[in-house]
Amino acid sequence: MEIGKQSIRLEKPVYVESWASVVGKKEGEGPLAPFFDEIETDDQLGQDNWEEAESMLQQKAARLAIKKAGCCPEDIRIIFAGDLLAQSIASSFGSGELERPMYGVFGACSTMGEALSLGAITVSAGHGERVLAVTSSHFATAEKEFRFPLGYGNQRPLSASWTVTGSGACVLNRKKGRVKITGLTIGKVVDYGLKDSQNMGACMAPAACSTIVQNLKDFGRKPGEYDQIITGDLGYIGQQILLDLLEKEGYQAGKNHKDCGILMYDQKTQDTHAGGSGCGCSASVLAGYILPKIACGDWKRVLFVPTGALMSKVSFYEGNSVPGIAQGVVLEWEEGEVEQTC
Amino acid sequence: MQKDREKQQLYEEYVKKVTPTHSLPANMVKAFLVGGLICVSGQAVTEWALAAGMDEKTAGTWCSIALIFLSALTTGMNLYPRLAKWGGAGTLVPITGFANSVAAPAVEYRKEGQVFGIGSKIFTIAGPVILYGVLTSWALGLIQYVAERW
Repeated sequence: MEIGKQSIRLEKPVYVESWASVVGKKEGEGPLAPFFDEIETDDQLGQDNWEEAESMLQQKAARLAIKKAGCCPEDIRIIFAGDLLAQSIASSFGSGELERPMYGVFGACSTMGEALSLGAITVSAGHGERVLAVTSSHFATAEKEFRFPLGYGNQRPLSASWTVTGSGACVLNRKKGRVKITGLTIGKVVDYGLKDSQNMGACMAPAACSTIVQNLKDFGRKPGEYDQIITGDLGYIGQQILLDLLEKEGYQAGKNHKDCGILMYDQKTQDTHAGGSGCGCSASVLAGYILPKIACGDWKRVLFVPTGALMSKVSFYEGNSVPGIAQGVVLEWEEGEVEQTC
Repeated sequence: MQKDREKQQLYEEYVKKVTPTHSLPANMVKAFLVGGLICVSGQAVTEWALAAGMDEKTAGTWCSIALIFLSALTTGMNLYPRLAKWGGAGTLVPITGFANSVAAPAVEYRKEGQVFGIGSKIFTIAGPVILYGVLTSWALGLIQYVAERW
């Protein structure tokens, strides 16, 4: 049911049946290391090139999530998959291997929000019993796609983020589980005219603010009614800007705001500057850290807001700004008797 | 529209205020040290070549070859980017920076093949420098030609 200006309340809640996260070496050395399902020691995953490595990463996360749901790929009705590469090749060559009906989605680093939303709508409307949402990113493929060859010597600005090598996958199901998706807020493209692609947190913060404020208005909630509001990859600078922007709108969210990009790395020892980014960042933190926390009842209601910077090399060189987008997904703890354990 | 632009400008100024940047004096000192060190090692090669009895031009060529070789080698070993991260412009300005900007795409795009990978992408970073370098020297040559005959 549509509510407010941009939101959907799912009349029949959709449950997150299982989740899986696979990350790279650097991510496996960060503070979230104990929470990930698999940590790859070889960032090339034994593949011939970086793109194939990312495909493999995504496929591993997808297969693991399916396995944890106790089913096989044939039981998945639709896959919603996305990544950051041109023409989404990591999804085509990764999740494509599962040979299931698939929609490729792109929302830059917000893609997990998009995949989850579309999956939840599909399941809630009865168009599939089980669907899979999966996204991935890889440091090396993203550097190649958006910046410089890895061997090129340059100084990254302090505002730059570090693309996460990782993938997260979730199986959505109508069957009752511990975590349910109860609402969605669809993000608008928000452009404050910034052109600095090396400061993506600042480019995306206005979009995150827009989606969060709209979610609160549409559902008639206060920030405190969420145990956590967790953005995708705003990083340290983006977080500060978001909290400032929210305050201007009259909301105090400092106490219960977290950011996957900040959670992912230890800024002091891992030299990641503003924090982690990429659509594997929010996806792997969701699957590794957020969903288990909700499943255990530590957090009862979470607003998950993956953020994306919508730019390409072409738009950047043609002098365009870097607009942002953020997708809001409301995740809640399910009370009572449930088969699933945490 | 005017209001939009004002809003954009205000946001830009605000972002600039909250965004940390590298310390310029510290970067300049590091660049001086690293850039200086590279140039001193180049000079050492030249001196060695001169002492070995070569003329100045040949010695200069040996200096360039040695620096370019070392830069390409350390790029392949992933050492040059680490040095560049610390040394900044000190690694960019000498001939080694140029060599790195050619070697790095060669390594990165090797997987896309000899022609469409290395062949067409090796100068993606150095290309503009070569094009406008040649163009500028051509323009300066023309100016000199005219000036000499005036």
